[in-house]
Amino acid sequence: MAQAAQTTHATTEAHGGAHEDVGFPPFKTETFAGQVIWLTITFVLLYVLLSRLVLPRLSGIIENRRVTIAGDLDEAAAMKSRAEQAGAAYEKALSEAKARAQSLAQEARSKASSEADAKRKALEADLAKRLGESEAVIAQKKTAAMANVRGIALDTATAIVERLTGKAPAPQVVEAALDQSKA
Amino acid sequence: MASPIEQFQIKPIIPVINFTNSSLFMVGAVAVIVGGLLLATRKRAVVPGRAQSVAEILHDFVAGTLRDAAGAEGMKFFPLVFSLFMFVLTANLLGMIPGFFTVTSHVIVTFSLAILVIGTVVVYGFVKHGTHFLGLFVPSGVPGWLLPFIVVIELISFLSRPISLSLRLFANMLAGHIALKVFAGFVVALLGAGGALSILAPLPLLMAVALMALEFLVAALQAYVFTVLTCIYLNDALHPGH
Repeated sequence: MAQAAQTTHATTEAHGGAHEDVGFPPFKTETFAGQVIWLTITFVLLYVLLSRLVLPRLSGIIENRRVTIAGDLDEAAAMKSRAEQAGAAYEKALSEAKARAQSLAQEARSKASSEADAKRKALEADLAKRLGESEAVIAQKKTAAMANVRGIALDTATAIVERLTGKAPAPQVVEAALDQSKA
Repeated sequence: MASPIEQFQIKPIIPVINFTNSSLFMVGAVAVIVGGLLLATRKRAVVPGRAQSVAEILHDFVAGTLRDAAGAEGMKFFPLVFSLFMFVLTANLLGMIPGFFTVTSHVIVTFSLAILVIGTVVVYGFVKHGTHFLGLFVPSGVPGWLLPFIVVIELISFLSRPISLSLRLFANMLAGHIALKVFAGFVVALLGAGGALSILAPLPLLMAVALMALEFLVAALQAYVFTVLTCIYLNDALHPGH
């Protein structure tokens, strides 16, 4: 400050010592014109540079960011709804598949059981038929056997009597005795 | 020892074109503002770095202040308000650097800026609203007999706006710098006195440090106050009916 004051000493004589002579700098009207001129020049320059160069760039950056963020958010929302749609479609397909599987299983089960029924019936009928045939054969064989029994009894009785008495009885007598015992 | 008002001395640098230390710091403020903002925004990043964040915060801060006071229509004055805020803020803060000249400590500078604001209000008000702009001085719902007094009061209040707007900024910057210089002067004076007085020298030094912090606050705050009042006055030009 002091050396600055020295340099101006040449232009303003009073600078070095008594400041009262100089007066209060902000109220020195002879400096007003110069300050106003330079303020006008610099402020107009500032206004032009800011409004033409700096502010468009700044608001461009801010607007660009706003657009980017809004775009990203929109995209995220679209993707979310797409994912939800895919989820719903999956659920639907799953429930449809489940229902179809159930109906298929039901169908297969009923088909299998009806087939088994038919087979069982056929088998039963077959068995009953064979049983009937067997019964008929048995009955036939039984009658035949029963017819033979009389012959055997006659022979046996004749043989027993011959052994006991030493002579064979008459067949009519044996037969009569057999008829008697049978009754 | 230089006097506390020595720092406000206008010193010619290029006398032919009236270029003084004041002009130098005006040019410097413009260079710092434009250069700083262009440098900070050169990457145009979507995710801003530190410097770009500062530039964007300044932009959004002034835009928010203007929109709050004057509404969306007020945004047509945004370049003007932003220029005023940045110029006053930068001039104030540059003045805080020791040895630097404070442009806003001269009443003619702050008065010129205030006249620019009020001139904008008056010219825009009349161009946009014609004589309806005079409704600014006639509040609605005032009884007829009271109206002459109210109109006179409103007129005086309107005319005192450029004075209060300019004096507030000027006086704050002037007083702060004088106080700083006075306390700094005490330190030197006490040390020069020698002996027991030298021991007291740190006290005004502490005061000077505290004042320095206060002056940084005042530098930013006065720039903000100037801007807010500008926005409020511009709102009158946009919506003259109360």
